[in-house]
Amino acid sequence: MRVLHYVLRRLAYMVPVLFGVTVLVFIISHAIPGDPASMIAGPKASREAVENIRKSHGLDRPLVVQYLTFATGLLKGDLGTSIRNHRPVTADLADFFPATLELTLASMTLCLVIGIPLGILAAIRRNRITDHIIRVFSVFGVSMPVFWLGLMLLFVFYRNLGWLPGSGRLDAVLTPPVQVTGLYLIDSLLEGNWPIFVNALWHILLPAFCLSYVYLAIITRIVRSSMIAVLGQEFITTARAYGLSEAVIVLKHAFKNSLIPTVTITGLSLGELMGGAILTETIFGWPGMGKYVVDSVNSLDFPAIMGFTLVVALVYVAMNLLVDVLYAVLNPRIRY
Amino acid sequence: MAIATLRHHPRFRELGLTVKILGRNPLAVAGGIIITAMILLATFAPLLAPFDPIGISLSDRLKPPSGNHFFGTDEMGRDIFSRVLYGARISMVIGLMVVGIAGGLGTLIGATAGFIGGRIDNFIMRLMDVMLSFPSLVLAMALAAAMGPSLTSAVFAVTVVMIPKFARLVRGEALAVREMPYIAAARVSGAKNGWIILHHVIPNCISTVIVLGTLTLGDTILVAASLSFIGLGAQPPTPEWGAMISVGRKFLMDQWWYATFPGLFILVTVIGFNVLGDALRDVLDPRIRR
Amino acid sequence: MSEILLQIQDLSVEFSGYRGIAKVLDRVSLSLRAGEIFGVVGETGCGKSVMAKSVLRLIPEPPGRITSGRILLRGEDILQADNRRLRTIRGNLVSMIFQEPMSSLNPVFTVGNQMREVLQLHRPLDRHAAETTCIDLLRRVQLPDAASILAKYPHELSGGMRQRVMIAMALSCDPDLLIADEPTTALDVTVQGQVLAILTRLTKEQGVTVLFITHDMGVVAQTCNRVAVMYAGHVVEVAEVTSLFAAPRHPYTKGLMACIPTIDEDRETLASIAGTVPELIAPPPGCRFIARCPHAKAVCNERPGLFSVGPDHFVACHLYRSDRRQEEST
Repeated sequence: MRVLHYVLRRLAYMVPVLFGVTVLVFIISHAIPGDPASMIAGPKASREAVENIRKSHGLDRPLVVQYLTFATGLLKGDLGTSIRNHRPVTADLADFFPATLELTLASMTLCLVIGIPLGILAAIRRNRITDHIIRVFSVFGVSMPVFWLGLMLLFVFYRNLGWLPGSGRLDAVLTPPVQVTGLYLIDSLLEGNWPIFVNALWHILLPAFCLSYVYLAIITRIVRSSMIAVLGQEFITTARAYGLSEAVIVLKHAFKNSLIPTVTITGLSLGELMGGAILTETIFGWPGMGKYVVDSVNSLDFPAIMGFTLVVALVYVAMNLLVDVLYAVLNPRIRY
Repeated sequence: MAIATLRHHPRFRELGLTVKILGRNPLAVAGGIIITAMILLATFAPLLAPFDPIGISLSDRLKPPSGNHFFGTDEMGRDIFSRVLYGARISMVIGLMVVGIAGGLGTLIGATAGFIGGRIDNFIMRLMDVMLSFPSLVLAMALAAAMGPSLTSAVFAVTVVMIPKFARLVRGEALAVREMPYIAAARVSGAKNGWIILHHVIPNCISTVIVLGTLTLGDTILVAASLSFIGLGAQPPTPEWGAMISVGRKFLMDQWWYATFPGLFILVTVIGFNVLGDALRDVLDPRIRR
Repeated sequence: MSEILLQIQDLSVEFSGYRGIAKVLDRVSLSLRAGEIFGVVGETGCGKSVMAKSVLRLIPEPPGRITSGRILLRGEDILQADNRRLRTIRGNLVSMIFQEPMSSLNPVFTVGNQMREVLQLHRPLDRHAAETTCIDLLRRVQLPDAASILAKYPHELSGGMRQRVMIAMALSCDPDLLIADEPTTALDVTVQGQVLAILTRLTKEQGVTVLFITHDMGVVAQTCNRVAVMYAGHVVEVAEVTSLFAAPRHPYTKGLMACIPTIDEDRETLASIAGTVPELIAPPPGCRFIARCPHAKAVCNERPGLFSVGPDHFVACHLYRSDRRQEEST
């Protein structure tokens, strides 16, 4: 009950942030460009078309009125119309969202599956050779230009070794599984279609690793430093004094404590991963929102760019909320 | 003041101590060497570069690395090594400019908000929260797109994105400083808010800001290069690292050197800043953790 | 009653820091008789806590290192035990309670979870039986509403309650020896008395020997049978409590006693011992109290042995050399 109350409070707290997010996107799309009408109309539009847009979008009216129109549109799920294909941006994003979600979730899984053990290992082998190697690995991670890493991975694993496919979610000759979740890895399993699953897995490995490396490094660092802090606490000595084995002490007693900061970072990283998807999807020809937005940038499809920005911000804010909730569940000391 | 006495001034002694401690940390030394080398390369690029970075030579198109062209040539026959050296100039200038402006403005905003408190603080920090609700690259991309693709828009966009990071950090510091007895003393002796902020609050946050600034330099270079890579920053033929990789990508399968070398330079530079920043943080400020 | 339970022989512990290696314990020897409450008293940094932790091998290595000695529990050398044997000793034969009840329990597990874990580790009990035992234990340390306490997290309990939980946990596996490392220092004075009373009563009932570490002479007088006084990594005096309080012999002990203010005294200032504790990185070669001692002589540059000065009363000081020389034999 108290947790529910807490969640509701956090939800209420989100309202002003969400409002701020829409205002910011509105300012970026309506107030910064010299002429928003010509931005919305696109670079190739005739002057007449621009004037039509100006009228139909009410861009000649005061900014407050414009914001209200913009906000009511948002509430109805209207993000404007793409210049490239004249489809509603919402529909486009909805089509591309599952691919991005699948990629981000796969990266997140890699982050956790690799990052947490590495962090723990570095903490218990603190200042020894293992720790130094892991530190170098993570310094490279946080300093890596994602797009360049992607190219290098392609060059090695696709071009030279030929081990992994170079683009897309599936081989072109294969038909995607029937859409349930939109995530090929899950849909193919639901269908019981093993070859599709393997093929999809093969395709996602490189982009998922590429996208995860930066956050992998961040998570490794957080786990390491929080484990070191926790392992220095008195209750760890207590656990030792009562005969618990090192494995139980590290993996149960210390780890549950260090989960609190780890969850915070992980949740925030998921939002950042969506941002990183912009670059990764472009490199690996992954048909998600990130590739969509870069294609939009190239044709200066302004409404599409703004739609993407807003959706990512919403996901980010939602992840923040989720982190707060998990935090409350994990940390008994929190005041509801 | 004579040099001798200046050397014994506490600020200088502290600086000397910091440098001494850093000197004992091999990572910090490595970071320092990388950054110094990059700054030297950037400064003396015109002297060091064997070729004109934008000089076209169609007979030399897409040549692999050789004694003549260390890093090979691009699709216009331009020398990639020379372009990478000039790229160091662009990245360093972008980094320093962005961090200088964002760090300065962010510090001012954060110090004001934290010191004055109340509604102003609330409003400013909510605004910062909203800006922090976007992944850095996404917000920078939207801003740059709205302003039209160019290096200037990219620099502006990255600056705006970095401001809240400084503001939030400095505000936390300022809140702590506000409670210090010497602030009360300054108030009693009639000092105005603006004077106290400039003379007490900000100097107290300086070491924190330096640490964050160093780490942010790396991030800035990454985000700016990313913007150029997706076509929103520097435009070809400007020898910007991200823009070079963007074009080089098309030649990856057969001319690996094109995209490889500019990326390697981004990686090494950012490693330099991150390693140095980490070491500085360990020395100057154990409080901020990432 | 004079069976020896624990013997610490020639124990030396070093800690390496960035300024050098500190000899925190230097050839310390003690014997605990079964069933007694043995106090170890001394100032902060005298090594009493390190000694207590060494018994269970809880010194973090590095930076710490046990360089010499034996710790015999019923004749078995704990310092030679392998990890597996060590884990059966810890919490089972020897248990420990700590100074900070705030931080010595894990904040993210319930009290019941932590107590059960220890119990089930050393005893073949199922969950239900373990729970029943825990409730029983909590009742014995006089915690009201024991069942609901099991479901609570440490931060929901007061300091005194937490320390009682620790006592319950420490006694849960019926240990032979309980090491209490300043168990009441962090508590309010009123709560201190209650916790001490519970501790002494229960250990007496269960026949548990206690190694009681404290810096508080008052607590020693109240709870212990015998006491060792430590100074800068040396044991300087070992005696029955009554004997020590009646006639302290070592100059340091005398100084320490003089520092305890009494009600009928009418003094303007509190007494203190002149000088400071020596650096443990380069300590004086002989008696470590030499620099502060009013009786220091040339011979004090040699380390004194323990001289018997009465029944069950031993002092490490050259002043008592004329007495019949006899190393403590108990």
